[in-house]
Amino acid sequence: MKKVKKPVFFVVCLLIILFAVSVILGISTYYGDITTVYVKGVNNIRFGIDIKGGVDVTFTPPDGIDATNDQLDAAKEVIVQRMIKLGITDYESYIDYNNDRIIVRFPWKEGEANFDPEAAVKELGETAELTFREGYEVDDLGMYTGITAENVILVGSDVQEARAVQDTQTSEFLVSLQLTTDGAKKFADATAKLYQEHGVISIWMDDTCFSYPTVNAVISDGRATISGSFDAEGAKALADKINSGALPFKLVTASFSTISPSLGTGALEAMVIAGLIAFAFIAVFMIALYRLPGAVAVISLVGQVAGTLAFISGYFGFMNGSILTIPGIAGIILAVGMGVDANIITSERIKEELAGGKTLDGSIESGFKRAFSAILDGNVTMILVAIILMGAFGTPDSAFSKLLKFAFFMFGPSTAGTIYSFGFTLITGVVLNLFFGVLCSRLMLASLSKFKLMRNPKLYGGGARNEQ
Amino acid sequence: MNSKFNFDFVGHKKTFFIISIVMIAVSILSSFVFGANLDIQFKGGTILTYIYDGTLDQSQFERDATDALGGIGVTSTVGEDFTTGRNNIQLSLISNSGLTSDKQFELTNTLTEKYAANNIELIESSDVSPSSGKEFFLKCLVAVILSFIVLIVYIAIRFKNIGGWIAGVCGILALLHDCIIVYGTFIVCRMSINANFMAVVLTILGYSINNTIVIYDRIRENEILFRKSKSKTEIVNMSINQSLTRSINTSITTIVAMLAVTIVATIYGVTSIISFSMPMMIGMIAGAYSSVCFTCPLWLTLESKINGNKKAVSKKKAAKA
Repeated sequence: MKKVKKPVFFVVCLLIILFAVSVILGISTYYGDITTVYVKGVNNIRFGIDIKGGVDVTFTPPDGIDATNDQLDAAKEVIVQRMIKLGITDYESYIDYNNDRIIVRFPWKEGEANFDPEAAVKELGETAELTFREGYEVDDLGMYTGITAENVILVGSDVQEARAVQDTQTSEFLVSLQLTTDGAKKFADATAKLYQEHGVISIWMDDTCFSYPTVNAVISDGRATISGSFDAEGAKALADKINSGALPFKLVTASFSTISPSLGTGALEAMVIAGLIAFAFIAVFMIALYRLPGAVAVISLVGQVAGTLAFISGYFGFMNGSILTIPGIAGIILAVGMGVDANIITSERIKEELAGGKTLDGSIESGFKRAFSAILDGNVTMILVAIILMGAFGTPDSAFSKLLKFAFFMFGPSTAGTIYSFGFTLITGVVLNLFFGVLCSRLMLASLSKFKLMRNPKLYGGGARNEQ
Repeated sequence: MNSKFNFDFVGHKKTFFIISIVMIAVSILSSFVFGANLDIQFKGGTILTYIYDGTLDQSQFERDATDALGGIGVTSTVGEDFTTGRNNIQLSLISNSGLTSDKQFELTNTLTEKYAANNIELIESSDVSPSSGKEFFLKCLVAVILSFIVLIVYIAIRFKNIGGWIAGVCGILALLHDCIIVYGTFIVCRMSINANFMAVVLTILGYSINNTIVIYDRIRENEILFRKSKSKTEIVNMSINQSLTRSINTSITTIVAMLAVTIVATIYGVTSIISFSMPMMIGMIAGAYSSVCFTCPLWLTLESKINGNKKAVSKKKAAKA
């Protein structure tokens, strides 16, 4: 590290401060009412339902029913449709095919004081009512009226199966329907009539219409296809929606929890205060004990915390953010307490080297060098543990759950979704610690020690005999 | 924080071993006395928390809830909600198949109607079916076992050139020691064993082994430097003392961080996090204690017993030949 020049300290320090400020504020422009977010700030952090209040529910088919994967896809589709209907858009939903579970988390609806989560969940689990209706006559609210309300052609139980298929000749994506014998007869009558009139058949789930294809042929064999410039996903989505109406079971809840927003807001406030107190204490402690290296440690810690928040908010455009929960905030605070260990080990080493009679430059260099193996050890053990935490408590489609599938293959998703965030903030804090607590600290300290004013070994915990 | 501080850790090993054994015994015995209290996350069941104004008759409330649920027994506790400043009543019930959302919906509706004057509002609910609770519990156990295996492999790799397999075994014993004390904390404080407990145990596993490795690393370094001039006991004592300031200071920063969380959470009544930060704090104290006072003296004792015997045996063999 002989090449470290004087200005390096200011460059690193300034970069950390700029980074921290931009992480907190984010970068966005306001143009009238329109806000464009270029870089996400702390305001864009998505909080878990334990902070903003909400519902965490796991649905499963009733005892004794083994649902197929298609049925689960269809069932999830019903739930998603209903959440959108209820105005809930910020939901998460996952399917665990091994254990026939559908996990749904959604926050309290903002601005709605008497939002009833129990009623919402009850509604989500109900069997969907699928109908094929004549024509597409709707009122202002999008509800069927007139002939569409009167003439129901098919109901869910008339559909045996819907599948997304690709036409071998035109390579167009289609939804193919297989109707029951009963359904086929009803459908034949209706299409015979509507084909003449160039009519449409609208397809409804509960009171939401999601397709109204024109009748192009009389279909008498119970095998229909719906075309309409679908892509593969669009065709699958429509097939899932139609299948959902034909589900032979109603979903029940395997676990279900709700928390009110007032409870969560208080918890957030408490954790932020606790974090600030912990940070302030550690800052004073480090500076009092280690002076210059202590002050450098505090600057590095600011970088570490800002970095963790950046990964959570999605500051780096190439990575999605992560949901922050109360245990997640505890993880940030814990990582600060642990992260400072890197600086403590190094500062202690520098002290020792100085006590051993080495020069200041030599002490700083060998202090960092000899401390590194111990720091790396500590960080590696915490990373291993955090990976297991994230694998055990993560949602089925998270990277670490997939990684550790060999160990947790026989278990379903966890009923406590908030711990995952703890693993996330812990691992982020620990990895960032290697960058800020080791590399940045070293650059800053090495460059500071080039200043005449900063060459007093007492500033590093050394004694008089190190004076040159 | 005096670098000249020198304490004979190895000489006081008996005291330390007794302290550790007593702590472990208390943890295990208290789980027989108080009984381990599994959270509904693991055993299944329902907890509903309502806030209300004014006063209400707790036992009548329980009876009404039981009626609304078609005879399922409930127990309740009343308290004050810190964040809203209103009274709260917590109903807990254990049903064989979990409470369906239909029944829960009905219950809340009935209660809000019946106690309209109290302005009842559901603020928190948690319902887990026994089967998914049991599954989650097993999953958590697998996570703990997996961490143990991963850390044992890591210890085996790292300790190859530090103190060999005996050092590795001592490191693992220290981990067990710390886990049992975290468990004891949950039992003695009457906190229910939940996902927080599992998160704390995993974190302490990583944290504690790190402390131990730092000291072992120092022993290895000093062994190379002082192999000729100092006895093993002296080297171990010296190494513990040299890394003591670091051990203490690091523990102080982490423990204070968790203490701040515990205190603020207590003031604000954020109970869900107290069962996380408080045992974490105790676990860290145990972890720091075990790596400084327990692991290295134990290693020295075991090694001199096993390797000492070996040497004696090989000397005898040599003499016979």
